[in-house]
Amino acid sequence: MASTTEKPPILDIPDEDYGDISTATMLDLYYYIRLAREMELRLINLFKQNKVVGGLYPGYAHEATTVGTALALGDDDVLLPLHRDLGAQLARRQPLKYIFAQYMGKVDSPTRGKDGNVHLANPELNIVGCISHIGAMFPVAVGISYAGRLLGKTVVTMTYTGDGGTSIGEFHEALNFAAVLNVPFILVVENNQFAYSTPTNQQYKVKRIADRAAAYGIAGEQVDGNNAMAVYAATRRAVERGRRGEGPTLLECMTMRMMGHSVHDPAGYVPRELLEEWKAKDPVARIERYLLRKRVLTPADVKDWTARLQREVDEAVEFAENSPLPQAEDAARGVWAEEGPAKSLH
Amino acid sequence: MPTTTYIDAISEGLREEMRRDSTVVCLGEDIGVYGGAFKVTDGFIEEFGAARVLDTPLAESSIVGMAIGMALRGLRPVAEMQFADFISMAFNQLVNNAGTLHYRFGFKVPMVVRCPSGGGIHGGPFHSTNPEGFFFHSPGLKIVAPSTAYDAKGLIKGAIRDDNPVLFMEHKFLYRRVRDDIPEGDFAVPLGQALVRRPGKDVTLVGYGSTTGMSLEAAKILAEEGIDAEVVDLRTLVPMDLETVIASVKKTNRVVITHEDRRRGGIGAEISAEISENAVDYLDAPVVRVAALDTPVPFSPPLEEYFLPSAAKIATAARRVARY
Ligand SMILES: Cc1ncc(C[n+]2csc(CCOP(=O)(O)OP(=O)(O)O)c2C)c(N)n1
Ligand SMILES: [Mg+2]
Repeated sequence: MASTTEKPPILDIPDEDYGDISTATMLDLYYYIRLAREMELRLINLFKQNKVVGGLYPGYAHEATTVGTALALGDDDVLLPLHRDLGAQLARRQPLKYIFAQYMGKVDSPTRGKDGNVHLANPELNIVGCISHIGAMFPVAVGISYAGRLLGKTVVTMTYTGDGGTSIGEFHEALNFAAVLNVPFILVVENNQFAYSTPTNQQYKVKRIADRAAAYGIAGEQVDGNNAMAVYAATRRAVERGRRGEGPTLLECMTMRMMGHSVHDPAGYVPRELLEEWKAKDPVARIERYLLRKRVLTPADVKDWTARLQREVDEAVEFAENSPLPQAEDAARGVWAEEGPAKSLH
Repeated sequence: MPTTTYIDAISEGLREEMRRDSTVVCLGEDIGVYGGAFKVTDGFIEEFGAARVLDTPLAESSIVGMAIGMALRGLRPVAEMQFADFISMAFNQLVNNAGTLHYRFGFKVPMVVRCPSGGGIHGGPFHSTNPEGFFFHSPGLKIVAPSTAYDAKGLIKGAIRDDNPVLFMEHKFLYRRVRDDIPEGDFAVPLGQALVRRPGKDVTLVGYGSTTGMSLEAAKILAEEGIDAEVVDLRTLVPMDLETVIASVKKTNRVVITHEDRRRGGIGAEISAEISENAVDYLDAPVVRVAALDTPVPFSPPLEEYFLPSAAKIATAARRVARY
């Protein structure tokens, strides 16, 4: 019944073939992936305690894709993460405390309670938050890259879409614009095999979304989205391609949405066998196994990291819980640039 | 005869801003080599190069989306809609993206979207509309609508220098019919200031864009009948200079609000509500609107004429109000 079984098996780059990823980078990948997982789980707990305002759209099991892609960018590059991209925000060093404060609608969130969940920006870190309307950030990213060129700087931009978002018009528009303008734009497709309840065979007929790159005359690549090393390596290739002036890349990361669309969705429409199959490919366990085998980590390290991560998350949650709710009248302020802060990317 | 047409005034203003500030960049369909469907950017590509006078593929949503990105990353883009009607394709980018970025994230979004709008040129349902009402209702978007060549130049400069997204509603019917003597050198019209174009004591005619000229013409007709009309030109719709409107109504005690956009739920309805909230004790007659019909813009000349407001229709309404 699962459409996904009709597609070819996902690529699984052999565990050793990652080029020259440094030990420091491997450890960064591991740190942010584990941090993202820790936060996802904590957020679900907070949600159950009614401390999260509004909905929660877990990026659980997407950590290798979100962290692996975002870590490959440089500081001058611009990241535009989507609703499941907590890991990308973290890899970009968005402070944890801001993220929790945002989920709780607190005044210390960067939006001062004006927007929720991971609709988070950070001008200092060159992060632009998304709007809910899927596809809207694609052409914005293209414009940022183009502005970089006019200002004499190569600015790689990276934004995300789910499999569902590839059906929207701006997917075509923006890839085509980016191709024609030959800007360093990377569109990451987090193919988690469902758009809410809709499986991929009701969304598209090509074998791989990455194959659509050919229609735009640009590079397209599909990787195992649960393999952080492979994702990082593929993204770095895309970034380098962009910096060399070879234009945009459509990067499809194959993964699986292991929870409901949101926490309130029991996702009975997802076949159990599919979940079982993907459970064995869990991205956190995967990178951990790899780093242990490579002796980049020891079992004792793993324990230390666990304690450290929990401490960091505890501190951030405490900060957010202590942060006050915004003043009601603040709702009327801030529409216009004249009211400040009127910030820009850099 | 005054020397500068409304359309040339826009070109001049745009060109001077591009010379003054290298971060000002134009983008749109056919604006480069061809110089734009109406030739507003004629010759720009020779002076500023193809990178700053960017011919884009045909997709308004991405033209506006790109402009947002350019504005976020330090440029001041001026996007052209080939016709204002096509801005509907970019509705989401403007309403949900551009208009919310400062409120949510504190980003400034200094961009202008030029919209050749309006009827009277027999363009039919899809080349004649005045779409400002859709955006007037939305937060975070400034809207300007010049009625003279002087304002066309001054307001395009004011719009480009503004740090918010601005919709520049340039009226196609006025392009080559309205002219002014424009002073040499740099001047910008600040956004948010209405102007009394003609002082009068009996009735206030409030308009913008094409209906300012119609109102002035109506005032002439009315003067011959002994009715002294005051004409207020809004110039900027968001933020609106309601002070000037209310002051005029308090003086004349009667008001006709005019626009070429459709009547139902239009900008006139908003102004009328503001007047009744703030100056109802001063009114000696009902507030009356003269606006387009609530239909698509019809194509054939007699139909379009019936659809649109005119000096005669404004005069008729003003007479009714004056004699109420
Ligand atoms: C334009 C638009 N339509 C509908 C929605 C509601 N919506 C939010 S996420 C979603 C499914 C998205 O699926 P996909 O792109 O595969 O991303 P995923 O949630 O699986 O990561 C839908 C329908 C939306 N946010 N935007
Ligand atoms: Mg999906």
